[in-house]
This record gives sequence, C-alpha cells and structure tokens, in this order.
Amino acid sequence: MKRHTWFLVFLLGISFLSAQECDNTLSGRIIDFHDGVPLEGARITFNNRTIVADATGTYHINGLCPTTYAFTISHEKCNSKVVTLDMAKVSSKDFYLEHHLNELEEVKVNGANKTKTTSAQEETIGSDILEKYSSASLGDALKNITGVSSLNTGSTIVKPIIQGLSGSRVLIMNNGVRMQDMEWGDEHAPNIDINTAGNVTVVKGASALKYGGDAIGGVVIMEPNKVPAKDTLYGKTVVSGAVNGRGGSVSSELIKGYENGWFLKAQGTIKRFGDVEAPDYVLSNTGVFEKGASLSFGVNKFTHGWDAYYSFFNNEIGVLATSHIGNVDDLISAINSQQPAIIRDFTYKINNPRQEVTHHLGRLRYFKRFEELGKWNTQYDFQYNQRFEYDIRRTEERSKIPSIDLELKTHTLTSDFTFDSNSEFLWNIGGVVRYQNNFADPSTGVRRLIPDYDKYDAGVFITGEYDLTNNIILDGGVRYDYNRMDAQKFYSKSRWTERGYNVDFSDFITGDFNSEWLTNPVFDYHSISGTIGAQYTYKEDYEFRFNYAMAQRAPNPSELFSDGLHHSAARIELGDLRIDQETSHKVSINLQKNTDKWGWEIAPYANFINDYILLEPVDVQLSIRGAFPVWDYRQTDVRLLGVDAKVYANWHQDWRTDHNFSLVKGKENKSDTPLINIPAPNFNNSVTYKKEDWFGLNISVESQYFFEQNEYPPNLTVFSPQQQENVLLEINTPPAAYHLLNTDTSMEFSLGEKNKLKVGLTINNILNKSYRNYLNRQRYFADDLGRNFLLRLSINY
Amino acid sequence: MNTIKILSTFAIGAILFTSCSSDDDAPVQVNEEELITKMTVSLVGGGETVTLIVTDEDGADGPVSPEVTVSGSLKENTTYNGSVVLLNESESPAELINEEIEAEADAHQFFYEASSALNITTAYTDKESDYKKEDGTSFTSTNPVGLTFTVATTSAGTGTLTVTLRHEPNKSASGVANGDIANAGGETDITQTFDITVTQ
Repeated sequence: MKRHTWFLVFLLGISFLSAQECDNTLSGRIIDFHDGVPLEGARITFNNRTIVADATGTYHINGLCPTTYAFTISHEKCNSKVVTLDMAKVSSKDFYLEHHLNELEEVKVNGANKTKTTSAQEETIGSDILEKYSSASLGDALKNITGVSSLNTGSTIVKPIIQGLSGSRVLIMNNGVRMQDMEWGDEHAPNIDINTAGNVTVVKGASALKYGGDAIGGVVIMEPNKVPAKDTLYGKTVVSGAVNGRGGSVSSELIKGYENGWFLKAQGTIKRFGDVEAPDYVLSNTGVFEKGASLSFGVNKFTHGWDAYYSFFNNEIGVLATSHIGNVDDLISAINSQQPAIIRDFTYKINNPRQEVTHHLGRLRYFKRFEELGKWNTQYDFQYNQRFEYDIRRTEERSKIPSIDLELKTHTLTSDFTFDSNSEFLWNIGGVVRYQNNFADPSTGVRRLIPDYDKYDAGVFITGEYDLTNNIILDGGVRYDYNRMDAQKFYSKSRWTERGYNVDFSDFITGDFNSEWLTNPVFDYHSISGTIGAQYTYKEDYEFRFNYAMAQRAPNPSELFSDGLHHSAARIELGDLRIDQETSHKVSINLQKNTDKWGWEIAPYANFINDYILLEPVDVQLSIRGAFPVWDYRQTDVRLLGVDAKVYANWHQDWRTDHNFSLVKGKENKSDTPLINIPAPNFNNSVTYKKEDWFGLNISVESQYFFEQNEYPPNLTVFSPQQQENVLLEINTPPAAYHLLNTDTSMEFSLGEKNKLKVGLTINNILNKSYRNYLNRQRYFADDLGRNFLLRLSINY
Repeated sequence: MNTIKILSTFAIGAILFTSCSSDDDAPVQVNEEELITKMTVSLVGGGETVTLIVTDEDGADGPVSPEVTVSGSLKENTTYNGSVVLLNESESPAELINEEIEAEADAHQFFYEASSALNITTAYTDKESDYKKEDGTSFTSTNPVGLTFTVATTSAGTGTLTVTLRHEPNKSASGVANGDIANAGGETDITQTFDITVTQ
C-alpha cells in the first residue's frame, strides 16, 4: 500500500494551480467495472475537495482550472484509483471502478478500458442473461448479441456464428483455455457448460490476437466471476424447468474466499430433457442429458498468484430420428413430404442416432507482477475430448458400437508478459506451444472420417496500446503461428486416384493394404496475422472505433482429410489435401452513443477472405446403397459485407425499448454466387417494463423477425434411382420468413439478510408458430420448437 | 515458498507434455463390417436361370459407380422362383451377408417393385419364422422377409425392377407385408434398379 501512497503524492504534485481562469467543468458517471451499475456515493477527491456521485452515479465538478489534475476516485466497495486529466482538453469522463478485486488492486492511472480490445467490435453478456439460459447452451445465449447467430443441428447442438462465420473460424476461450473439442464438424457443439461462466464476451473478428491468429470469425471469451480477497463464503443455485422437453437443469456453485488471497470454488450442473416438441408433433429422439462439474483453487495476491482449475463435461445428445436417412431418395422424399417420417410418443430415452461427448480440461496458471514493469502470466493446460457417435446400423449388435470414436488430446503451454507501467503505452508479448494428438479407434468397423494425427503449433505475438490523447487510443499487433499436421490415413485406392493424389502426393504412401493405401501426409503452415485500430471518444457520450484485422487460418483436419460417407448426415464429404490457408482482411467500424435517455450503435464491416474454405453439395454419387449427395470442400475468394445495428430508449424511468438488426451478405468474388449457410437478416424488438419497488419486477416482450434468406447457392439436379429420372434436389432452398414472440418476467425477493431469491418465467414462441430455420441442419425433416414455458429459480446465498 | 510448488507442478506438466508425443505407431486398418459389395438375384423358371447382379467394389464410400449386369430376358407367362445372395467380397473368403439378415429377419425386408410397363407381379415366399435368431431359436412372427420370392410374367414388354433392402422398416404399416415400400420407412441398405425385358 505504501507504494500507492507515494504514487498519489507524486501525481498530486504535478497538478498545480496557476493564475488562470478557473471556470472549467468536468462531469460524467462513476460505474462498476463489471456490470456497469452506477456507483452511488462514489467520491472524487482532489486538492482537498470532495465530490460525491448521485444515485445514477453522475458527478459534476465546477471551478476547475485549465490544467492537469489528479483525481482520486473511491467507493467503499471498490479499489480506489487515481486518474490524471488535463482540464484544457476534457470536460467529461466516465470512471470505472473495480469491485473488491484483489488482482486488479493496482492503481490504474488511465481511464478504464473495460473491453477486450480497444478498437474491434465486441459485446459482453453478463450473468443476468447467462442465468436465463442456464438450461440451454452457450450458442443460445450468445444470440442475444447482435450479429451472432447459430448453426444448429436440432435444438441441442448449437454452434455460434459470428457475422456469418462459424466452426474453426470461431475460437472459444473457456476460462483462459482455448477449447480443443473437434470444432470442425457442423454437428459438433462446443463442449461447455454455460453455467461455468460469469460473463461472456464476443469479439467480432480476429483483433484479439492474444487468443489466436486464426479467429477469422471471432473469439468467444468465457470468464468466471473473480473471487474477492476477503473472508467470505457464498454461492448460487439456479433451478430451471421447461415444459417443452419436460425437463430442466440444476446448477450450483459454492465459493470460499480468504483475506490472504486463497480461494476455492466448486460448481456443478446437471441437465436433462426428453424429446422436445414442434407445434404439431413430437421431435422424436431429441433428448439430452448433460453433466458438468468444475473445481478451482489457488491464491490470488497482488504481487503473485496461482490457481488450478479442472472441469468435466459430459453430454449425451439424441439426434432427431427422422433426420437419419439412407440415401438421396430418402432425402428427396423428406424434403417433399414436409412431415417427419418418424413420430413416436414422448420419451426421455435417447436412442441411436446419438452423440456422447466427454471433455476434461485441466489448467495450472501462475502470475507474478514485477514492480514498475508489468505482469507475467504462464499457464499449462491439458484437454481430453472423447466423441462417440452412435448410428442406426444394419444389426442391433452393431448399433451398440459407435460409428465414430475419436479421442483428441491437447497440451498447451502459454506465457505472456504485459508491460503496463507506462501510463500511455501498454504492451503485451507472449507465445504458445501446443501438441495435439487425435486417435480414431478402428474397432468401429466404419472407415475413419478423421484420421489419426499429430499436430504441433507454435505462436508468438506482440500487441500494443497507446493513449494518444485523453480520448484517442490506438492499438495494433502482429502474430505469427506455425502449424504442423502429421497424419496417418488410409485412402481407398479408387478415391486416391479419383482425387488425383497419385500424381501430386505419391510420396505420402507408406503402405499397401489390399484396396487401400496407408499414407502419411505432413503439412507445414506459416500464418501471419495483424491488427491496427483506433478508439475515439468525443463529446460526452460518443464512441467511435475503427479496426483493420488480417488473419490467416490453416485448414482443419476435416477440411484436409474428410473422405467418405458421413453416416449421420447421409452425405459423402470430401476434403482435399491441396487445401491451403485462408486469409481474411476485415475492416470494421463501430459508432455508438450512450446516454441515460437513449443510445444507439451502428457497426458496419467488410470481410474479404481469400481462399475461403467452404463445404457445399456438388454432386450425387451412386452406390449399391443408392445415391448420396457429395459435399466437397473447395477454396474461393469471397466477401462478407454486413452491418449490426441497435437502438435503445428509456422512454420513462420504468419503460425501455430495444431494437436490434443484423444483416450479412456473403458472396463469391468472381461469380457473385451467394455463399451457403449465411444467416438471414433478422430484426429484434423488445419492450421492457421495470419496477424496482415491486420486488424488482421486470417484464419484457420480445419480437423476433427472421427474414427469408433470398441469397443462396443454386440447388442440384440429381438422378434419382427410385424415380429413374433427374429431379431437382432442393437442398439449398431456404425456408420462409417467420416471426416469433417471446416474453420474460422476473422478480427478486430477499430471504433473510444475505440471501436472495430470483424467480423468472420465460415463454418462448408464444403463438406456437410452426417454422423452420435456414441454419438448422434438420430443417429438411421437421419444424423447429413449439411454444415453451420455462420457470427458473435462482438463489444467492 | 509457493514458488517451488508451482515450479514443480510445471515440471510435471512439462514431462506430461513431452512424454505424450511419441505416439507415432501406424494406425490399424479398419475392417469395414457393413460393406456389401455384391448382390446377386437369381430368377429360376421355364428351365432357365436369369441373374441380376450389381457389384460395387468400394461400397458407398468409394467413387467407383456400381456395375450392373442382367444375364438375359424373362419369358412371358412364366413364374420364376427368386432368391437373393448378398456378399462382401472385400474380405477373403467373401462374407455371406445373408446370414446376418436371417438372424435379424424381423428387422429386414426386401422390396421388389416393377415398373408398370413390365406387367409382372412379385410375391414373397418366405416369412420371418423360416429363419433362426442369433441364439438358434426360430422367429415366431410371420411377416415376409423377401430373401426368396416369385416373379410372374404375363405379356411381353420392357421396364425396370427395383430391388431394395430396408432395415428396421415398419412391417405393420399399410401395404408393407404385400411388398409396397411406400409406407415402409426404415433405412436403405441396398437399392438397385435393373432393366428387364420380357420376351414372347
């Protein structure tokens, strides 16, 4: 603490009074760094004057001279901090204070920067929204962010799409660890329990270089709530129940903190649903059974700290029975009939086809702060991902054996140093090394979709932030990544020749096994990414951000090696060994205005991706089992242009409306052909009524309008063996536009002195509308979810 | 104090990290169990045997299209006794898939659909109770399976005959027991259309 005092004295020393005209004013708000809550009673002290913020956190100081002042901002529940401002240049400033946190106890001299990047488009959702989605998935909750949609397989497998991009282009950081959970498959959802997160930030684009250089789509950063350094024991339990699916979830956490910085945190979730229902029928075999638990402990002091974290996640997911088809004729008849072929009675039982995934994550982290230099962070993490996919196979005995059995092990060592001693410059330098091994168990009796491989990654980055003036911040960075892919794969000789690999890659062959070659493809990729941007705040409430990011992504194993029939999708997927990195150049702008009364934000972007890797239906292949659509990976130059916009208004102290709109257009540069799976424009409007006095009553009604996607790649004409003629396979035709109405009501009750009970009721799809979503892979087979009532109880203790 | 503990944990981590990277053994070839590479439909009648054969050497996964041969034409006004043999010839000796179908006869059914121009009728001549389960006991149910069947020709003509094997069809759905595939559902294991000529 002594050091801080000296620091204060120093800062106060440089602010002197001179014989100038002293009629400048400074005003703004003092806000909680974490949840944006106004800090009533916060104090600003300088030169023996003290100003206290009002109930809305607003302060007003007059009689200031046009010179530099050092303001000490304090609040009883927060760490104080000192900010120097030149009154000749500034007349308004919002201050953010950190709530009770030890790690950030340092005196942050600068105006707080509460976002992950300075200049990129980003948005954070807090525990209020996350709690609402306690029984759903991460992908569902993220859709609250404008510009984020999802690629679904049914209602339980939800992959986030950020501004039109998903899969390997979206990194997910789970508690500081980059998730390695086979994100390459369309039907592979992130193996994450949403209840482990305290807040989730989405950075739209590759600007957060620290996390990876290949985040062409963006980064999803899930962070737990920090544990205060005081003697405390607290926890939370969220119980939710839903009518549709006749299930629910229970999630509980308990946290113990000590004055000396030690902490212990345990959390667990169990979630179970039976078949969900569309308005007109049961969606058979769509149950889910999820179990998650995590434990962390460690020491968090100002000068140093360490922690250990372990999490377990297991999910058993039923795949809609009627979506399991045999061949292209089945697909044609499914598309034509518009009715699921299999509708059974409701059950909790999960039959084949189904997935069973397990994810273990372990992490050790250490940090140390060096006086007048910065902070060093080092972490080792281990992840083990096991995926089983069970299919309906020709005999019952075989159906007990998974068709896909993959084991992915990842070790990662990361280290970085933040130089934060200079008040104007902030540097971050770091690196990562990673080893990954994939093992595909041959006992499945089905040819491997993803081969055995070893993958080696190494990366280094440097990013910097420079405060040009009090209201302009510049940032930039570069990153280099090296990836080596060393795979061992069997290719059927006929496929090897058909793809022309016998000409280009004959040196990969290491063995001859009757009808198959054993090959050892080894590829090296060198990727460069970089970003540069600026943030400009002006007048009282405007913020302008500009960012350019370049990113390169090496192909994932699926893009390289897929070869053969993907049983669960009844399609033949063909990767290509010739696929190289894709390179994205993205320019984004974000302009926003926020006041008490109203605010708006407009965020246009243009993303030009060279050698974009896409998977699309191209052909049909005949076999003894009938004909199958062939989905081929190829590379082409594309552009994604879009805009995310929102407006909110506080009409009255109790009434608020929100209006969000997002639009993205993806096309190939040369042919202007629209890209596949680009989200349709959508328009969200909501009205919220809030009455704090009535037990924190909060009622909102939300209207979601999803336009029809009128830009999609052409359909295929295929030969139908059953009809003995060419027919149009409407595999790309999007479903019609639809409108959904939802409502949410919540109230809060005090239970004794410290405990709090929050009750919430959500009704989704109030009108029980039958609809199909273009980005749901099961849209060919069945309608989406019907009306749903969800009740949740959350108890803080 | 704690630093030593931390360092030792990292050392353990580092050992883990390096010791796992010696996983360079060649993978084991997958024995593709469900592959059917050849279906032979034999039609015996009028003192002759006509065979309809489809071979697909690399199965549904491979790029090679199936090869279809029909050994000859059928005669009008003749009843043929049909039988089906399914083989996986990627193994040596070739695996007879019929055994598997028989052991789960209640979960499989063949369908024979002739185009209307052909003027032929087909009928099942077997039922589930003709076959034995894995445990050696016979099925008691009497739904058709279709490993044996009859084809009755009337007048001359040309058209197609489609042979389909479904597993887990809804055998009690309307028309399915009489060989109508329309309501059968289930999964297609094999489907092949043959060009057939019925001569005078």
